[in-house]
Amino acid sequence: MIQPVIKGVSAILAHAPSLIRYGSKPSREIGADAGLLPAILAHLRSYHEALSYAPHQVFVGRMRPNALRALSTPWLTHPVAAERFGPFGEVLPEEELYGLLALADEFRLLALDPEFAEETIKRLADHPMLHSMSLDPVREAGRRNLREALNSASAMPMFVEGNRLIGAIRGGQEDDESLTASIVLENLAAKATGALALLHLVSKDGLSPDAVEYVLGCSEEAVGDRYQRGGGNLGKAMAEMAGCGNASGADIKNFCAAPIPALVIGGSLVAAGVFENVAVVGGGSLPKLGMKFRGHLKHQMPILEDVLAGIAVWVGRDDGRSPRIRLDAVGRHEVKAGSSNQAILEALVAQPLAKIGKKITEVGIFATELHNPEITVPQGNGDVPLRNYRTLAALAALRGEIDASEINAFVQKHGMPGFAPTQGHLASAICFLGHAREMLMAKEIETVQLVAKGSLFLGMMSRQSDGMSVLLEAQ
Amino acid sequence: MFNGKQVIVIGERDGVAGPAIASCVTASGGNVVLVHTDCFV
Repeated sequence: MIQPVIKGVSAILAHAPSLIRYGSKPSREIGADAGLLPAILAHLRSYHEALSYAPHQVFVGRMRPNALRALSTPWLTHPVAAERFGPFGEVLPEEELYGLLALADEFRLLALDPEFAEETIKRLADHPMLHSMSLDPVREAGRRNLREALNSASAMPMFVEGNRLIGAIRGGQEDDESLTASIVLENLAAKATGALALLHLVSKDGLSPDAVEYVLGCSEEAVGDRYQRGGGNLGKAMAEMAGCGNASGADIKNFCAAPIPALVIGGSLVAAGVFENVAVVGGGSLPKLGMKFRGHLKHQMPILEDVLAGIAVWVGRDDGRSPRIRLDAVGRHEVKAGSSNQAILEALVAQPLAKIGKKITEVGIFATELHNPEITVPQGNGDVPLRNYRTLAALAALRGEIDASEINAFVQKHGMPGFAPTQGHLASAICFLGHAREMLMAKEIETVQLVAKGSLFLGMMSRQSDGMSVLLEAQ
Repeated sequence: MFNGKQVIVIGERDGVAGPAIASCVTASGGNVVLVHTDCFV
């Protein structure tokens, strides 16, 4: 077997406050009460505020997650020294996100205000990854008749700075409920942010775009048409946009857990010699923008779910230095396992470790659900990472590996604060991968277990939940 | 504890899932009429 390793990781955020109104929860609630929109618009963050928000700087690799523990809270009112670009990627401003959407829009469904299009082209021309791409699609979007686009039946207006009208997006087919403007926008947002992460991946760590052979998409959208909702292969669409001409692709679906099975399948393709270089790519989830906005408004806070995320991972052959993917220590949540948290963690954490003779306490760091608690607590959903770490510690206590009095110490030693926006799949363990790779290569830790859960039951085809884990090991 | 009671069970993925609560309710003599698990992230 060829040993698969993690050869590179990128992570980006795209500031999208004006798209919050099109998030699933806000759009439904605005539909029921139009008076809500002004309140939402009054609670948007500026780009600088979003950039200097400490969890965002962690996401792009400028700070370690545990550095958050030393900061004053709430992080919201304690901005940090910030940079747009970090070791893993960047925090893209909203104006440039619209340019990126135009670049992703192969079917010319987006129309932009001509002046805004020209401003955006100037900005993209300075972008280190996008400047070499043809920016003609943005110019062409600026030449489309915006007024006509706005008048078409299913068009949605597009804004920046909250309420400045700068464009419109049309649906793909008037009578196809899988290609409405809303769904096209959601899919384009996933494609554009995933492709940006892939562009960052192929611009560092020595990966040439031409060397990528297969892209496994693991986003949360369901690209398709009326005859095949969720038809998929956003993976290949992102490969094309990122200039990976020798790549093909496919998508892995498993609710929020998807990136981990994608990583394991990617590792398996490399291990079997099918492909030498696989990219696992997840783009952002537009429906989850503003998901907890009610809690934020209630507490007089800005709406914190104002960013789309994107992550890309290069899985390749052993280079003698990158962290190994231990395919002999993959955890899966079997049908028969049961749905209690204890049963899930037994299946995902304890059992795969037992297969290779390791105890829970022998793992350096666990990455579980890493949603930022400042987003979830105001809505009454609690600190999700802390709850998961405490359950994991309780399992270690139950197995006699630690004393019950050591649960808090276990959480401190093997856990971290949540730092990811509530972008589902990308908050589910994979957001730590860039940090894990650096820490494993620096020998700060020996092992990391990525543990992801997926809410299979939400689709109403089964009452089961699911999840997968994989162990990474330093060379 | 739940003898003769009709019980609606609402669980949480990152807390205690619905089916796990339902098992306890059933074991305590209750009649579970609805089980729902939600995910809040």
